Amino acid sequence: MTTLLYLIPAALLLGLLGLIAFLWALRSGQFDDLDGAAHRILFDDEPGPSQRPREDDPT
Amino acid sequence: MTACRHCGLDVPADSPVAPAFCCAGCAAAYDTVEGLGLDAYYQRRCLDPAVRPLRPDEDGAPVDYGAHVRDEADGIKALHLMVEGLHCAACVWLIESVLARQPGVVSARVNMTTRRLVLRWRACETDADSLVASVAALGYRLVPFDPAVLDREGERREKELLRAMAVAGFAAGNVMLLSVSVWAGHFQGMGPATRDLLHWISALIALPAIAYAGVPFYRSAITVLRAGHLNMDVPISLAVVLAAGMSLHETATGGPHAYFDSAVTLLFFLLVGRYLDHRARGKARVAGEHLLALAATAATVIEADGRRRIVPPTRLRPGMAVLAAAGERIAVDGRVTAGTSDVDTSLINGETVPAPVAPGTDVFAGTLNLSAPLTVEVGAVGEDTLLAEIVRLVEAAEQGRARHVALADRVARLYAPVVHGLALLTFLGWWLWVGAPWQESLLIAIAVLIVTCPCALALAVPAVQVIASGRLLRRGILVKSGSALERLAGTDTVVFDKTGTLTTGRPELMDDTAIDGDALRLAASMAAASTHPLARALVRAVPGAPVAGGVREEPGRGLAVAGSGGEVRLGSRAWCGIADDDHHSDGPELWLARPDAAPVRFAFADRPRDDAAEVVAALKERELAVALLSGDRGPVVGATARRVGIDDWHAGCAPGDKVVRLQDLAAAGRHVLMVGDGLNDAPALAAATVSLSPSTAADVSQTAADAVFQGDRLEPVLEALGVARRADRLVRQNFLLAFLYNGVTIPLAVAGLVTPLVAAIAMSASSVAVIANALRLGRGRAW
Repeated sequence: MTTLLYLIPAALLLGLLGLIAFLWALRSGQFDDLDGAAHRILFDDEPGPSQRPREDDPT
Repeated sequence: MTACRHCGLDVPADSPVAPAFCCAGCAAAYDTVEGLGLDAYYQRRCLDPAVRPLRPDEDGAPVDYGAHVRDEADGIKALHLMVEGLHCAACVWLIESVLARQPGVVSARVNMTTRRLVLRWRACETDADSLVASVAALGYRLVPFDPAVLDREGERREKELLRAMAVAGFAAGNVMLLSVSVWAGHFQGMGPATRDLLHWISALIALPAIAYAGVPFYRSAITVLRAGHLNMDVPISLAVVLAAGMSLHETATGGPHAYFDSAVTLLFFLLVGRYLDHRARGKARVAGEHLLALAATAATVIEADGRRRIVPPTRLRPGMAVLAAAGERIAVDGRVTAGTSDVDTSLINGETVPAPVAPGTDVFAGTLNLSAPLTVEVGAVGEDTLLAEIVRLVEAAEQGRARHVALADRVARLYAPVVHGLALLTFLGWWLWVGAPWQESLLIAIAVLIVTCPCALALAVPAVQVIASGRLLRRGILVKSGSALERLAGTDTVVFDKTGTLTTGRPELMDDTAIDGDALRLAASMAAASTHPLARALVRAVPGAPVAGGVREEPGRGLAVAGSGGEVRLGSRAWCGIADDDHHSDGPELWLARPDAAPVRFAFADRPRDDAAEVVAALKERELAVALLSGDRGPVVGATARRVGIDDWHAGCAPGDKVVRLQDLAAAGRHVLMVGDGLNDAPALAAATVSLSPSTAADVSQTAADAVFQGDRLEPVLEALGVARRADRLVRQNFLLAFLYNGVTIPLAVAGLVTPLVAAIAMSASSVAVIANALRLGRGRAW
């Protein structure tokens, strides 16, 4: 039973990591343009100097 | 004819840059793209015929975007623009690449979902006008907008729901994990100390999650309680909060049962339903915002010194000179001061034939300027325009429709008091009648609240709606309002508008066999030089006609070409010098006057859509009454009605008449589906029980309609009705499933037999059953 004492925190920590990663993705605008992102990968073969801007202003 | 290498439109024979390009603008755009090494664009793109073609505007006089530029830190400026003419992902790539190659640009990002471009640049190196011009030269139209005026509320709400869902999902998973150990422990003899420890850990996870993820429900519950009503969110909030509080009490006193898992999974399932519901309407909301923002931000004003400025319509004053480019909608009511052109007024009065305008003619906001640029002196603005008047009619009519109460809300109105009553009775019954201690009675009453909690009920409607809207979206039908499907399902009468709805809204040459072949060919070869709708119809009627050279066009009057014996003219009666004798004048026409022969008349008519007659027949077969209301003249409407098989038709209806007619039908107890496209239909669209409009319709009509369909066929009307009826059946089945489940679990709960294990299993099983049933809608035929 003592294994519980570290297994439960470990499980919670891993779950929390996933949750934080999702919330971060949401906040950084990765869910704003679901159509565009899917197609963008087909065209991004020659990144220019400012092709990859920070996505910090969701519009 | 060949297609232009840049815009893909047909190359007219008189093009200076034939045969590769249709105009100098396209040729220049192609050079620019090639010069930047981006010509892969032409292989990668796929042109969407429904989107504005990529033809650059001929006169690129500088436009001042200063009013919309926003300052950011470090000398960086930003501009938010709506992009018109986005065909596919390659267009996004092209715009971003072209801008990225301009000096001084910090970032340029196009959001393909919302069709918006955010542009950032260093103010010392470049300026907005030249950056925008570099994209406009490719044929895209960029309209600045103020991001602050768009409705961010919906977007914020959706993100809040998504965050709440993530938190609830995390908590539900972990608490369930712990609960399984507790349940297993019941049978394997877990010690009370271990059980308490697991309960405490559950509480630690569940309580913050419940406090955070339940906010959307608590907020709505408090709002309705303040207003003195009940909705589904009241029992939800009560159940979740009471279950959490009671479980905490149990945990603190070392009791055997804690309902943390039920409370959190309940929240999670409900949030899934709520999010789906929101998401389904998100796409429509974005489309609507796009339309509104376009109408609300763009008017090109010509200053006294000849400079052009794009100003918001609120800053327009009577007396200002506003430019309406060819192919653009006129933004104001006013009088033409310069330019001759043809104006398509079909959105106002349903007329198919464009009206010629010249200096001195009055024009109205919302009409389409076809052939040449016009300068319009602003006569009325804002509230005084014809457009605003129609918008007011729409709003008045919409208030009537707002009275529709969604089925789920009607159920909730009955259900919520019953649930509360039942829980209260259970508590009183156990406490006073059976004589149990009050803590135990409360425990049982809360169990009743948890199992009756309308998890399946709250999922029943959104799950079906999401799948129905998704299916319709794939067929090109965009459902905009949440209760539209429900109202569609109850329809028993379908009312069509004529021009642009039952018909294609595009004139076609009539009786072409009766016309002398030489005259027809001559007329078609002259017409090939013009973009006037009647001229295009002539060209379509004679495929492969040679294109006459040296054709002169007088906008609003006609065409002329020098022939062997004198001038040959093609155009209106007056242009061809024919007396106005009232004969044959029922409908659009063109005359051909040759020096050595009698004048020839070409009559045109607006043909019904290909499948109009089939759709009308199919509707009748399904025992729906079909009617036709049109603003056009009697004989024309009658002919169309006979052709598609509608017996009940009314001609000469003004916008107000249509509304009155629909109100009469509603008073007679009919549920009317109105299908229309014109600005004159907008009030009627809003007044009908439910409304559809083709995607070629006026902006106001698309906004007023519940759903918008794409394409040249009327069949989407049938599809929408069919899917709506199936969706309605499924929603009712889902309600039945939910009630059956309650019928089993409520007696158990009242009897005090529901342990956390039973509650969890029953709740999850009913939710899954409801969703599985909804998924059936995605397959099979609509009817």
